[in-house]
Amino acid sequence: MNGPSDAILEVTHLSMRFGGIVAVGDLSFSAERGKITALIGPNGAGKTTVFNCITGFYKPTAGMLQLTHADGKTFLLERLFDYRISKLAKVARTFQNIRLFAGMTLLENLLVAQHNMLMRASGMTFLGLIGAPAFTSAERRAIDLARYWLDRMHLLDRADEAAGNLAYGDQRRLEIARAMCSEPALLCLDEPAAGLNARESGALNELLLAIRADHGTSILLIEHDMSVVMEISDHVVVLDHGVKIADGTPEHVRNDPKVVAAYLGVADEATAVAVMEGQR
Amino acid sequence: MATDTAAPISVRPTPALNVGFVFKRACISALIAFGMFALMIGVRTEAGGTSAQLVYWTRFEELAAIVAAVFVGSIVVELLRHRFRHFEPANLVPRALEGPLATIRRLIAPALLGFTVLIPVIFYDQRYVLDLSILVLTYVMLGWGLNVVVGLAGLLDLGYVAFYAVGAYSYALLATTFDLSFWICLPLAGILAAFWGVLLGFPVLRLRGDYLAIVTLAFGEIIRLILINWQTVTGGPNGITGIPRPTFFGIPFTAADDGFAAVFGIEFSATHRIIFLFYLILALALLTNWVTIRLRRLPIGRAWEALREDEIACRSLGINTTTTKLTAFAVGAMFGGFAGAFFATRQGFISPESFSFLESAFILAIVVLGGMGSQLGVALAAVAMIGGFELFRGLEQYRMLVFGMAMVLMMVWRPRGLVGHRDPTVFLQHKTAISSSLVKEGHG
Repeated sequence: MNGPSDAILEVTHLSMRFGGIVAVGDLSFSAERGKITALIGPNGAGKTTVFNCITGFYKPTAGMLQLTHADGKTFLLERLFDYRISKLAKVARTFQNIRLFAGMTLLENLLVAQHNMLMRASGMTFLGLIGAPAFTSAERRAIDLARYWLDRMHLLDRADEAAGNLAYGDQRRLEIARAMCSEPALLCLDEPAAGLNARESGALNELLLAIRADHGTSILLIEHDMSVVMEISDHVVVLDHGVKIADGTPEHVRNDPKVVAAYLGVADEATAVAVMEGQR
Repeated sequence: MATDTAAPISVRPTPALNVGFVFKRACISALIAFGMFALMIGVRTEAGGTSAQLVYWTRFEELAAIVAAVFVGSIVVELLRHRFRHFEPANLVPRALEGPLATIRRLIAPALLGFTVLIPVIFYDQRYVLDLSILVLTYVMLGWGLNVVVGLAGLLDLGYVAFYAVGAYSYALLATTFDLSFWICLPLAGILAAFWGVLLGFPVLRLRGDYLAIVTLAFGEIIRLILINWQTVTGGPNGITGIPRPTFFGIPFTAADDGFAAVFGIEFSATHRIIFLFYLILALALLTNWVTIRLRRLPIGRAWEALREDEIACRSLGINTTTTKLTAFAVGAMFGGFAGAFFATRQGFISPESFSFLESAFILAIVVLGGMGSQLGVALAAVAMIGGFELFRGLEQYRMLVFGMAMVLMMVWRPRGLVGHRDPTVFLQHKTAISSSLVKEGHG
């Protein structure tokens, strides 16, 4: 750690326009290394658009997305072609509507996540075709990593089942496991608690804290579930209509009248203050 | 009271046969049949001989018969549906038989392979059977090659025959112009076909589904048109003749003193060459199969299947979807090229006519009928389709009808092909087949 201002991701003046619609307008924030940063906001605030810019699914209209690894290597994500962001910059993500390989087993899902490592080990397939020992041992290591993550997610006994057969909560956990199998520096989770019940989202909190503690992975998450956001995030960024309206600790954000106004849908700050006064 | 209301949920009530509903359906079917056939069958027109007038006469009896048949048929289908409403294919097999059946299923592939190896021994005197077997094996190989593109990577390729043509013409041209031997030309034909596969792959990388199918279809036609029109090189519609026959590693299958029979001290027979061709295509097909099975267990094969399942998730995991698609095209095309080279040496003559769109459709039908991604299914489908075609040869024009009806029935009963389930490529404790309902067909 290089001191308190050690940011893994720095977003500066990010803008994303679709025709005349400004989905994200001049957004700047940073996510610190080894911390959990939450991106919250009402529906349509542009959270997923920010995610898609970070993970390369959209090319931002303007702005800079700088990712810095612990060894000081930096990547400008807006200049990297989509799959390279995951391959080189080590950014992994999950999706709001789960995207597993439904027809493949849990184990296969986790092995696909280690594609680049295995591809190198198999000598771009040629060594693997003749069963070179270097590849076999690499594959064994990959299976061990997959086994470790399946065990962490309590899915080990279902390793050989099709991912599409899993219950919703299990699919969410498997998607996180798959992202972690690519050994990311930054893990981006798009609404990981969506559709989970209270017990499951409590377990998710523990899981995310454990991932951060055991692997030092920085986490950036979009979330609607305030129990998740307030409990585990170190830092919260609030978006509304594509613009940042608050940025700080969960405590700070919780008491910001602008945030309350955005969430309650009241006309202006003054009303929000009045609403908050009324609550007290 | 609560228990009373809860209990019936698990019991499926048996609905009585709704006579009115069945009658209504039958009436609607009969009405549609009447609308369709009233003019097609009810009225027959012909240009009158000399007077150039339109002569017509009515055939109401035939029309009535057809409509009545549809009416009765509809009732019969409804009754059958009611009778077998709880019918599920899974319940068809008694539980006690499941164990032995699983063993039989495991033994199908080795048994088939064993039988195939022995075909030249069993049918030594029957030239027809040997020729048919060679034809079937060629299609098995083509099916396995296309299976990589369509079945594993989920890219719908309607122009696969183009690579077959590239392979055939590569061998024919290299062998007739530069006098190269089959064993040098074979890998060259494969490499050239793979090169064309990549060339096709580049423009279609962004396309999906119908659009991909259309471009691949056009690609197949372009190759055929080039073969027809580039007369100086390909000989145009006349094709290429005098393609060297295969030799047994340099020893020709002739009655001459340095021929195969003389060298090995056996009596000359024309069958030797056929048997050699048989084992050659068998070896090539098995090579295709072996490589495909191995590739499926390698990261590239898993990436193909992942691509078929979800391309966006693949990109988020750092998989280069461009090269992954291109390798699928290249590997599939390479096997097509090998098969093409074999085709050229077997025929001794090739022309663009052999590489029409119908061939592509036929190979694709084999893959779809067999079950996309399944090696055994594709082999069985090739046997069934080519064998079926030969079986109904006596029926002349009706065999297309039989073929079409068989396809429709197959798609109704087994929409995912003969072998629909997917075998996992790797497992921790036990290997369980994945139901076809979960496996995606790809975006095209």
